Amino acid sequence: MGSFVPNTKEEREQMLREAGYESFDDMFSVIPEEVRLRKPLDLPSGLSEMEALKVMEDLAACNKVYREIFRGAGSYDHYIPAIVKSVTSKEEFLTAYTPYQAEISQGILQSIFEFQTMVCELTGMDVSNASHYDGATAAAESIPMCIDRKHKAAYVSATTDPKVLEVMGTYCFGSNTRLVTVGEADGLTDLEDLKKVLAEDPEAACFYVESPNYYGNLEDVEAIAEIVHGAGAKLVLGIDPIAQAVIKTPRELGADIAVGDGQPLGMPIAFGGPYVGIMATTTDMMRKLPGRIVGETKDHDGRRAYVLTLQAREQHIRREKASSNICSNQDLCALTASVYMASMGPDGMKEVAEQSMAKAHFLRDELVKAGLTQKNCAGEFFNEFVTDCPMGAEALMAALDEKGILGGLPLDAETVLWCATEVNSRSAILEVADTVRSLM
Amino acid sequence: MELIFEIGSKGRHLSLLPECDVPKVELGEKYRRTDAPHLPELSENEISRHYTKLAGRTHGVNDGFYPLGSCTMKYNPKVNEEAAALKGFNRIHPLQDPSTVKGALKVMKMAEDALCEITGMDAFTMQPSAGAHGEFTGLLLIKAYHTDRGDMARTKIIVPDSAHGTNPASAAMCGYQVVSIPSGPDGCVDLDALRAAVGPDTAGLMLTNPNTVGLFDKNILDITKIVHEAGGLCYYDGANLNAVMGIVRPGDMGFDCIHSNLHKTFSTPHGGGGPGAGPVGCKKFLARYLPGLCIEEKADGEFDLVKAPGSMGSVKAFNGNFLVVVRALTYILMMGKEGIPEASSNAVLNANYMRVKLSDDFKMAYDTTCMHEFVMDLSPLVKETGVNALDVAKGMLDYGIHPPTMYFPLIVHEALMVEPTETEPKEVLDQCIDVLHEICDIAHTDPDYLHGAPHDTVIGRPDEVEAARHPVVRYTWE
Repeated sequence: MGSFVPNTKEEREQMLREAGYESFDDMFSVIPEEVRLRKPLDLPSGLSEMEALKVMEDLAACNKVYREIFRGAGSYDHYIPAIVKSVTSKEEFLTAYTPYQAEISQGILQSIFEFQTMVCELTGMDVSNASHYDGATAAAESIPMCIDRKHKAAYVSATTDPKVLEVMGTYCFGSNTRLVTVGEADGLTDLEDLKKVLAEDPEAACFYVESPNYYGNLEDVEAIAEIVHGAGAKLVLGIDPIAQAVIKTPRELGADIAVGDGQPLGMPIAFGGPYVGIMATTTDMMRKLPGRIVGETKDHDGRRAYVLTLQAREQHIRREKASSNICSNQDLCALTASVYMASMGPDGMKEVAEQSMAKAHFLRDELVKAGLTQKNCAGEFFNEFVTDCPMGAEALMAALDEKGILGGLPLDAETVLWCATEVNSRSAILEVADTVRSLM
Repeated sequence: MELIFEIGSKGRHLSLLPECDVPKVELGEKYRRTDAPHLPELSENEISRHYTKLAGRTHGVNDGFYPLGSCTMKYNPKVNEEAAALKGFNRIHPLQDPSTVKGALKVMKMAEDALCEITGMDAFTMQPSAGAHGEFTGLLLIKAYHTDRGDMARTKIIVPDSAHGTNPASAAMCGYQVVSIPSGPDGCVDLDALRAAVGPDTAGLMLTNPNTVGLFDKNILDITKIVHEAGGLCYYDGANLNAVMGIVRPGDMGFDCIHSNLHKTFSTPHGGGGPGAGPVGCKKFLARYLPGLCIEEKADGEFDLVKAPGSMGSVKAFNGNFLVVVRALTYILMMGKEGIPEASSNAVLNANYMRVKLSDDFKMAYDTTCMHEFVMDLSPLVKETGVNALDVAKGMLDYGIHPPTMYFPLIVHEALMVEPTETEPKEVLDQCIDVLHEICDIAHTDPDYLHGAPHDTVIGRPDEVEAARHPVVRYTWE
């Protein structure tokens, strides 16, 4: 069996004696007999490291790793620079916990301060938290930031990623918040519907919309902001951090809160996690942010220092009156995102965004040439788009699968949501188009 | 030291991407960003050195003893990292067809089965990302259950006054009123106070056992019975599970649902404050409300992903922090049925060994056998010397030891909560005991030295008041 207990049997016995116990059983005699588990756990016997790793390798080998991925929908296959993994596997970062003791945690605290700054630069917002669990939970926890006695209802666009929408719905079930979906027209939020429903509801607290939205389309956020603010509500904008290198910032577009999933910033797709939530807002709403925030200060000798700050918002001080129950964030993932952005720099970030957009547009063009029709496409798109699939999504996916290619995500039997990034090659895109052609 | 924005120079970059092999497209002016974000412009060497410097200013479990109470800072085995780095786990998309991710689904199923056995539950979801996220999910199970039964009068969650702050905060997020009940003089639940608090408006109770002062609440069966008889459900906060694996199971104590912190109990690294994982388990009658997709193993060994019939929805976009589950399963496989109880037994032994050896100089908040952690009450020391729990904690920093949790639980004034974990050798415990004795001596001879501690760290005590009064939460360029 495996064990990470260093003390030998003799040492344990000596320690038991010195602590005043005859045996382990004697020590555990404070637990009432009627609840004691008096049989071994029904688990296999422990393994050596070599055996355990073999089991995990065999399990990993049962998963199909595609050579090309054209599926996004909230999880994006981008190139991860080697330096990212090297930095984030440093044991100091890996094995520390929340930086409660600032004097021996300046490394973590400074890295979070740098992360917060980079998020502010990407989004144009004033303040970012130290991260959230993922983009969906960040979106869900933006709602209570906007709720007050007079504003009790949350609105969300039908163009939202359904998984994000589901998480928002679950959080609203918890907080007893009314969550209302606003209609869509041709792949974009229906502005007329938005105007109408907000005008009819004086309790509207906020409106959540993504740009690029679930279909990859860029929303007319400036027009949306005008409608939302006109109704006295706040605008929460869901972003893709890569797209943010080339599209206007949430701040410029009029958002009050920007949220998104930071996974594209150096995290592997990894069957869905861990990823990291990005959450930034204006100075006005700073004290409503959930989660940890790092601030700059000085020590008693005047040296620059970083600390966890604005803790009066948090659960360990405010308990049931806290802005959220969040305790730990996703620090190592925030660090991953920081190292990614530092290694890309402003030009590299722009290049990743431009190449992703270029590949997606090339894929769209080739698929249309092969006979598919783009759907839900009133505006411009970033790196995702929707087509029909007259040969049946299942048949097309099976044909691509045989070539080691993961096709787009079937939205229904004859509709597919496609995605491309900088890692997709021109030749693979042509291969996808040829496969479509062969099935037409 | 410099911030990453204060090094490098314009135009420095890494060579990461090939030329674009398809025509570039330009966004319409309506959407296009005109100013580039300020991001660092550095060579790879500079990035590497910057983060190596930051790592040098960070204390992790690998750097030294980390007896941070209620956080279970045990050693993180390296094999876990190797398993999590496997390509077959890293390069699979969460929306792949289940038939192409059989290994990943098997990992989730094996982890679920093992957690069920260890905790005495019937089903688990891997979706929650952290302990607090698990509490939230567990309370939503309770809420979904009462709602489903049309029992809408149950609006209150009972939480002991010794509970971690996340407990009442999670209850509030679920729309519940929090009823705080006082602990008895023994640090355990006061049964009379509990009886007085329960009623037709009780939705449930949140509890850790061992509790937050490190004691096993021997009345646990009475406690869960009182709540059940009032029609409420019992939630087990798994923060302290490392004390009792293979010794006693939450399911056998009468709990209906539970979260487990994989980053505490099951050795996955804390990552500077996440990503962790807080899987939630429950008894059969609550499984129909679980979030996300449940994994069902069919007779032919294939897996189906199915939504529970009364599912609350989802608490995260995909399948939870999958790579954290991979690490925890690797650990569970190595430990097995013998190693898991051995870990708990030695976690409790290490704590009691330290408790007894420190009892001469330090007052124990509860002077009796503890579980995996114990709480020292430094109020006598404050009275005698003016040196408080904060001073002692800061003094420990100069010895390369991460201090215990300070000022928690709130029911003990001047609390220091010590959790050594099972992965520390006796010498490390002895050294820490010596350090605390030495600090106690210094408190009596030179209290000012401790008021000014730490002396040998990269910064001294930071001005937290100023940080909160005039928040500077990002770097700004001139």
